[in-house]
Amino acid sequence: MKTYEQINAKIESGKAVVLNAEEIIDYVDRKGLQAAAEEVDVVTTATFGAMCSSGCFLNFGHSTPRMRISQAWLDDVEAYSGIAAVDAYLGATQLRRNDPANLYYPGEFRFGGGHVIEKLVAGEPVELHALSYGTDDYPQRELRTRLTIKDLNQAVMTNPRNCYQNYNVAINRSDRPVYTYLGLLKPNMQNLTYSSAGQLSPLLNDPFYRTIGIGTSVWLAGARGLVYAEGTQHAPTCQRGPNGVPMESAGTLGLTGNMKEMKARYVRGVSLMGYGVSLALGVGIPIPILDAEVLRATTVRDREIMAQVIDYSDAYPNRTGKIVCSLSYEELRRGEVTIEGRKVEVGSMSSYAMALEIAGLLADEVRRGSFLLSPPSRPLPREQSMKPLKVRRKA
Amino acid sequence: MVTRKLMLYFPKSETEKPIVYHLVKDYDLLVNIFRAKVTPEEYGYLVLDVTGTEENLRRGLEFVRGFNVRVNEAAVGVSWNADKCTHCGNCLPHCPTHALAIADPKTRRVAFDPKACVECLSCLKNCPFGACASLF
Repeated sequence: MKTYEQINAKIESGKAVVLNAEEIIDYVDRKGLQAAAEEVDVVTTATFGAMCSSGCFLNFGHSTPRMRISQAWLDDVEAYSGIAAVDAYLGATQLRRNDPANLYYPGEFRFGGGHVIEKLVAGEPVELHALSYGTDDYPQRELRTRLTIKDLNQAVMTNPRNCYQNYNVAINRSDRPVYTYLGLLKPNMQNLTYSSAGQLSPLLNDPFYRTIGIGTSVWLAGARGLVYAEGTQHAPTCQRGPNGVPMESAGTLGLTGNMKEMKARYVRGVSLMGYGVSLALGVGIPIPILDAEVLRATTVRDREIMAQVIDYSDAYPNRTGKIVCSLSYEELRRGEVTIEGRKVEVGSMSSYAMALEIAGLLADEVRRGSFLLSPPSRPLPREQSMKPLKVRRKA
Repeated sequence: MVTRKLMLYFPKSETEKPIVYHLVKDYDLLVNIFRAKVTPEEYGYLVLDVTGTEENLRRGLEFVRGFNVRVNEAAVGVSWNADKCTHCGNCLPHCPTHALAIADPKTRRVAFDPKACVECLSCLKNCPFGACASLF
């Protein structure tokens, strides 16, 4: 048994034993669970993939004369301005003004909110165009300027839903191509897409949220971020395997972090033909090895994590609840799976290579003593389901 | 027998001559066209694999050059930008020749083999990060 204080003291003295969630598997196999639990202080987890529910609060500073910005665009992408005078929220999936979307199907969606966020983090200039109705105290009604992230007073990434615990595998049973947020799905189950870092993924290594909770320090694209709330659609009550690992999407995290500290390599705009734009993000979360049970959960391996294959031509859009089959991440990572006697090629929306890189970077930071762990100030809900939207007709 | 990947650039004036026909008929070359755009209004291009004996290949190319056609033997029509690639692997099922593939199952990094690329351009449409680009 260790406490957060003891682990942080070891980190500060530069003596913490830190492994990533892939390395820990063999380590525990070799050393045994109890011995390893005493030796290892921290296991680092990570993920890198499209996280649509991401965005940032920006404060532009006040112009002379002042302006109560009511509509704002950054590189022609609208940022929501229904908050205080020169604050705005730029969302990852916001399309560029005049983007024809799917008018000429399938749309290309070359540039949007996620790309503006990538440019800001990379330090590139973006154009701000703002409109207002004008007031006595904020008379300016229009402005156009160029700015970089350094010009902003604050740029705080605030993501209501990141790090899905597990995720659907998308396939297409129909006889036409289907364009989805998991990429193009060819007809008649020729390919499928999964989206999880599996054995490296944060919430799969802490299936019941013992150490990851509200207030947990996270590595958010290189910045020191934190879990500020349960993520939207957090639904821990679900089908779980014998190891407690969810077989469905399950938990999510609300994350925030200072965008000025982020590295552009881990903040990348995403274009999905026929679907839209998004943002791919890198997240790392350290797990303190408080006891053998916490450690055991981090030894979960790809073959023990199952994901449900869902038909995105019908079952997903129409919410039929039908599942084609379940596959393990070990099977998925082979590149080809057999479903109903048919060979199906496998693609992914989540980068294991980048997740591994981030887990390594975070482990280095913890080893160097520059990343301390924080106990959750409140746990994430462990029992909760997601409600559908009831569309009621007028009585 | 050798196979070479070639890129031919056609000037405006040479779009009506059946050059490929002569490569096959007169020089006994096996031709596999990956992509082509040859119109009378503008410069055209042809990306193809040509298989034959060294001697026939040499003579065939000499014949082609005689039409003021520029031959590029080193060009790659599709490029992959390693800095833009995040190694997600979304391209893998869309690449028919596995020119884009996971090189090492341990690191799971995606690598591009230009020699295996047939320039179908599926990756261009599919890559969420715009890592693949076409010369044309």
